[in-house]
Amino acid sequence: MNPGGGLQPNSTKTMPTQLAQAASPATIKLAAPRASRSPAALMFERVIEVLVYACGISAIIFVFGIFFFVFKEGAPFLAKLSFTEFLFSKEWIPTSSVQPKYGTGALIVGTLSVTLLAMLIAVPFGLGAAVFVSEFCTGKVKETLKITIELLAAIPSVVWGFIGLSVMSPVIIATFHVPVGVNLLNAALLLALMSVPIMVSIGEDALKAVPDSYREAGIALGATKWQLVYRVLLPAAKNGLLAAVLLGVGRAIGETMAVLMATGHAVNIPDSIFDPVRTLTATIAAELGETSHGSPHYQVLFLIGVLLFSITFVVNLAADLVVKGIKKK
Amino acid sequence: MKTNMTANKQMNWSVRTGAVLTLAAGLILSGCGKSDSSGGATSGPKKTVANIGSDTMVNLAAAWAEAYGAVDKSTVIEVNGGGSGVGIKGLLNGTAELANSSRHIEDKEKAELKEKRQLDAKEYVVGFDALSIYVHKDNPLNEITMEQLGEIYRSDGKITKWSDLGVTSIPGGKGDELIRVSRQNNSGTYEYFKEAVVGKKNEFKLGSLDMNGSKDVVELVGKTPNAIGYSGMGYANASVKMLKVAKKKGDPYVAPSIASTHDKSYPIARPMFFYTAGDPAPHVKAYIDWVLSDAGQKIVETTGYVPLPKK
Repeated sequence: MNPGGGLQPNSTKTMPTQLAQAASPATIKLAAPRASRSPAALMFERVIEVLVYACGISAIIFVFGIFFFVFKEGAPFLAKLSFTEFLFSKEWIPTSSVQPKYGTGALIVGTLSVTLLAMLIAVPFGLGAAVFVSEFCTGKVKETLKITIELLAAIPSVVWGFIGLSVMSPVIIATFHVPVGVNLLNAALLLALMSVPIMVSIGEDALKAVPDSYREAGIALGATKWQLVYRVLLPAAKNGLLAAVLLGVGRAIGETMAVLMATGHAVNIPDSIFDPVRTLTATIAAELGETSHGSPHYQVLFLIGVLLFSITFVVNLAADLVVKGIKKK
Repeated sequence: MKTNMTANKQMNWSVRTGAVLTLAAGLILSGCGKSDSSGGATSGPKKTVANIGSDTMVNLAAAWAEAYGAVDKSTVIEVNGGGSGVGIKGLLNGTAELANSSRHIEDKEKAELKEKRQLDAKEYVVGFDALSIYVHKDNPLNEITMEQLGEIYRSDGKITKWSDLGVTSIPGGKGDELIRVSRQNNSGTYEYFKEAVVGKKNEFKLGSLDMNGSKDVVELVGKTPNAIGYSGMGYANASVKMLKVAKKKGDPYVAPSIASTHDKSYPIARPMFFYTAGDPAPHVKAYIDWVLSDAGQKIVETTGYVPLPKK
């Protein structure tokens, strides 16, 4: 009992998990051996605890730090900026010597359309592959598939971009009889391929987390394998599967190098999936490097960074709300 | 002297060159600097040359400065961008010893130099910047005029289809659409093409494919039969064709080449200059002589520009 102050917070912190399973006797049992530990061991415990705490909150500090820095660089231009022009005009002419125009409308449409098309391709494939790996195959096939899919995630994005520019572009021209091969479809295919591995591994984890008793119950009721997947596993794992899809969306929105090379990088509102587009990320990547520090162009590029940040924030928030909504039901 | 030693060969591309580039250059070059500074202590004080000006030339100037470090360890060339005007202004107020310019000095600037510092501007042609117009190798088009290029690239230009140029079918091409390939809006190539073809007061037609490098333009045109693009002369490969260009309709069409750049018959080319205020100091003169030598001109070629005619 004598170490008192130092020990007390420790034991209360470990209590809730213990409480969930057993009642108070467990905590007394736990406290006894701890009291007999050497001061050095307790000190060590303290240090580790502080370190873990620091790791925990560091993510928050970094996120706010980055947001603050990006916002600070762009903020001076906010006063001069017309928000309707910034968000809705499709004229992006930042280096004009006559009248620079900072409309990101076409860039926003570009980012959203590439992401949407990529997800239309990736979600069925990603989730399908997750279901197949988790439920329909075993042993060697399963291991080979998993390793191969993980290999897909290891390809650097600049290599994807190169494939888009040099390999897929002529193929798209020849297959679809369109004048230009670096376009919305090209970039969406690359992004789909890049986000599928994430969806497969997270989706597979989610399906694995469904207790086997569910599967056994389904089989006992005479369900076929497909019925089991469709009626039991997918609903049971839907939170995890949604998380898998949203991580894929995040990957697609944030991807830069591959889309810079494969979209065609044209300020253009697409009429069809064969039109070249330009994304917010690629615009920053292409233009920030040679823009003079502190110029309006430079500041607007940082505001685009803030815009991107807001878009991903809204996507994540929506995901959280949806997951919470599902949980309540 | 101390600062000279620490700043040894560290190029300062502060203006318009990105923080990333500066950082990278700083990291790489401060590494070289360290190894030299021990030797520098014995070889006496270092002389620095402030070399400011044209953004078109900034990569070339940096390449020269870096290579010159191996030739003369006692002279440090500090390269800065900002534009030709900034370089010449540097001569006027004495902050630059050597100005890079991709245009001739204006009479007004000459007069100001005379008045402020009682010095005459000295001009050195150090190389040429020439842009080729590229199309796919199967494209039947061989010639184009500057007016047609303007109509293709200008925001109010009328040419949007290959048939507008008289090309009815491109082998391997799909449809009639003319795909414009351009550069990202802060590259020197973009600036020069805008000045020479689109017009300083006009805007580019939006919707062009804005590639992120000279090589990418040629790569894309080589893969896209419907495309047209501009890039440095040195980037040509087997899958593209360079068009002959005429100043206006009726003028002879001239193929881009080192010779046609030198005799000024090719219209999308311009000389690049060094300017000094009065006669350069000996160490600056030595640097200029080296730039004009075969070793310096070799670098002009490797960075994608056109070297001076061989003497």
